[in-house]
Amino acid sequence: MSQVAEAAVKKSEPLFSPKNRRLLTDPLDDNNPITVQVLGICSALAVTTQVKPALVMAICVVVVCSVANLVISLLRKGIPSRIRMIVQLVVIASLVTLVDQILRAFLFEVSQQLSVFIGLIITNCIVMGRLEAFAMGNKPWPAFLDGIGNGLGYGAVLILVAMFREFFGAGTLMGYKLMPQAAYDMGYMDNGVMATSTAAMFLIGIFIWIQRSRNTKLVDVS
Amino acid sequence: MEYINLFLKSAFIENMVLAYFFGMCSYLAVSKTVKTAFGLGLAVIFVLTITAPINWLVYNYVLAEGALSWIHPSFATVDLTFLYLIAFIAVIASMVQLVEMIIERFSPALYTSLGIFLPLITVNCAILGGSLFMVQREYLFTESIVYGIGAGFGFFLAIIAIAAIREKIRYSNVPPALRGLGMAFIITGLMGLAFMSLMGIAV
Repeated sequence: MSQVAEAAVKKSEPLFSPKNRRLLTDPLDDNNPITVQVLGICSALAVTTQVKPALVMAICVVVVCSVANLVISLLRKGIPSRIRMIVQLVVIASLVTLVDQILRAFLFEVSQQLSVFIGLIITNCIVMGRLEAFAMGNKPWPAFLDGIGNGLGYGAVLILVAMFREFFGAGTLMGYKLMPQAAYDMGYMDNGVMATSTAAMFLIGIFIWIQRSRNTKLVDVS
Repeated sequence: MEYINLFLKSAFIENMVLAYFFGMCSYLAVSKTVKTAFGLGLAVIFVLTITAPINWLVYNYVLAEGALSWIHPSFATVDLTFLYLIAFIAVIASMVQLVEMIIERFSPALYTSLGIFLPLITVNCAILGGSLFMVQREYLFTESIVYGIGAGFGFFLAIIAIAAIREKIRYSNVPPALRGLGMAFIITGLMGLAFMSLMGIAV
């Protein structure tokens, strides 16, 4: 009886109820995939030397993550737990192949530059991490929102890191020269360390520092 | 001798974590204590040691151009290399599932402390990266086994090292907001800088 009542309550829940909106906004700050959940670090290091690949990667991850969450959430009752990883990976891999083909059809030049990074989405742990942690136990619509939110939270950090690395590593942003020539004449040099992955480690470390001093409930007490 | 060189090269000079920054997610998240780091490190060694040779067989007898000619000579022109990502991932996923079942059966405590990062070994770039490097560098079958062990051992050493540093640093006076994860990132950056100096050593 109570189950029926509960189902009725759930059905009447509006699409953008406060609870659902939290699914979208939480990953941007309180539950950020990179700085709090520690997911998707590898690709955050690999694609952030320039802003442009970071931007395309962010958009692709939003799409793949939300759709994969939706599909797995629809299938969640039919997946035996023993083979769930293979099912999840098949869904992710086919979505990534789809994204790759779409990019190739409509944005051929971008896809030529990014072909390697698109393949990286398959091994991006955010997608599979969210499938494991959220989509396997939740309804399709919240799972879809959760995918979009996490994709956005990931993309925000990615683009921020890429901006710092491109500006201090090459003096450019999105390929446009921003550092004035006068600065080079006065002896300024592009920072070579920014082009290596170690710089991204330091930058993310500093972001975590800033975020946690602002948002003290995230501080690690142990 | 050649195999010892390959082992040292894959474990130290081309360390998966500290030279290529592969497998970062589980490396950072599971390195709070040496004990869990030890468990995950062993699991990664196991998975890499098994998947590298299996993927070698899959690549050289199924996927590569002309690889299917052992079935029938008429398959000599078939080239399935475009399927390599999906094929490798499928092999890795089934191996990880196996490891998960084994750990759940024999060490439930380790199973709960690894949490979500046990299934996430599947998407640990170090594992897939190992298979991709093995194909790219055209290793022989025996070399691929040694490479798998070496790369896994490199990951094992790196995760034990950071776990030990993090256990020590717990008693240091780090700014509260930087404690834990933030400090782990910065330490890893420093370790990576140190490992850069090993690059280019010819073994």
